[in-house]
Amino acid sequence: MNTNSNTYTVIYSIVLVVVVAAILAFTSQALKDKQNENVKLETITKVISAATQADPDYVIAEDTDILEEYQNLISDAIFVDANGEKAGQMNIGKEDKKAIEVASTSDLKKQNDIIKKIEAGNADAASELKLPVYVFNIKGQKVTVIPCYGAGLWGPVWGYLAFAEDGRTFDGAIFDHKSETPGLGAKITETPFYSQFKGRSITDEGYFGVIKGGAKDTEHEVDAISGASITSGAVGTTVRTWVKYYLPYLNKLAAESAAAQEPVAEEIVEPTTEEE
Amino acid sequence: MKDINWKETLLNPIFKGNPITVLVLGICSSLAVTVQLKGACVMALSVIIVTGLSSFVVSLIRKSIPNRIRIIVQLVVVALMVILVDQVLKAYAYSVSKTLSVYVGLIITNCIVMGRIEAYALGNKPIPSLLDGLANGAGYGMILIIVAFFRELLGSGTLFGFRIIPEAFYTAGYMNNGLVILPPMALILLGCIVWIQRGVQKDLQEK
Repeated sequence: MNTNSNTYTVIYSIVLVVVVAAILAFTSQALKDKQNENVKLETITKVISAATQADPDYVIAEDTDILEEYQNLISDAIFVDANGEKAGQMNIGKEDKKAIEVASTSDLKKQNDIIKKIEAGNADAASELKLPVYVFNIKGQKVTVIPCYGAGLWGPVWGYLAFAEDGRTFDGAIFDHKSETPGLGAKITETPFYSQFKGRSITDEGYFGVIKGGAKDTEHEVDAISGASITSGAVGTTVRTWVKYYLPYLNKLAAESAAAQEPVAEEIVEPTTEEE
Repeated sequence: MKDINWKETLLNPIFKGNPITVLVLGICSSLAVTVQLKGACVMALSVIIVTGLSSFVVSLIRKSIPNRIRIIVQLVVVALMVILVDQVLKAYAYSVSKTLSVYVGLIITNCIVMGRIEAYALGNKPIPSLLDGLANGAGYGMILIIVAFFRELLGSGTLFGFRIIPEAFYTAGYMNNGLVILPPMALILLGCIVWIQRGVQKDLQEK
């Protein structure tokens, strides 16, 4: 057969591409569940590591079962709407750790798209908002973790912010990114940057700044990473934007903790009894 | 059909014709992924699988490939293997795949893979081609692991993440060498390996 004829070449390339595409599609389908599982585990790990910054002695062992750790630490995981009212429930997996539900980064992206619509002036979109909230019990302390998601320099940046009972002070924070510059913007994932958040707080109006050239108001601002002002600024904007929509919920937390001035032991929802 | 010298096919790429130290191919990734031994091992394994399987597949279809689009056909086969490896890593070794991230994808551009397909697989039977691919991948992987060994030991004081240099050294004033973590030091280490190899194998030296 003449393998150099045009017809042969065209048919050959079509067949080859179809075969290769079929193999890839099959593999992708076959491995999808496993890959999604990994992404979920990573989200859970991030949420836990934001919350556990509340306890300076906390260390997570290399071989810890993240799902079990989540089961132990979590006390509630809900969705709230733009008014801070509960709008849904996530499975926290007290019975079955496989059933644990978290909002993945693609869920956060959807919420961020709604936020963008609202910012652009479409106030009706606010009713679609369903923001995830994770409530942890770290050594008897109530720690509330909220996510944030926004645009970085090259791709999305996102993070998890842990708030203390007053709904204002950070107990911790952790960030991640898709494709920020290694060695510069990518440093938002490293301890020196995110450890600045602990102990600082948002203002009552929901302001928090990541400031180039060093924080001036050390209560409500942190230092940007030198050489990465755009990524750092993006983290600041992302935090502010998301905190703005969580503010009604955070205000409720603040009111609750003010009402319970007497530091009574936190009431913990622990449905461990197997009544059903 | 000439007989294949099996020993030569398997051992030549590892020592005398090593893709990195003799042919100086695949330098980019060997500088990038050798900070830690674990990453280097996974990368080595990935490259071995990709070179082996793509050489094998190309050799299987070598007689049917239209000559005018042979490079494209080779690329498609290599890309297929790379994506498969990447997907499997994402499913079963997620943390490693995150640290290796783009470098697994960039195996496609690793000259060793295309080089061996052009030079060997197109003219040889599938089984020798498979072995040739595996051996070349192994030659690459071996250098990767040697470099990573020194970089992790000197740069972080660990091997596979386990502490090797005892705490007492640090309290006595020993410090990890930050320079070793950076890619330039990997190039210097590579240079040293080339130097040693040329010192031992005199026939590699130019007149």
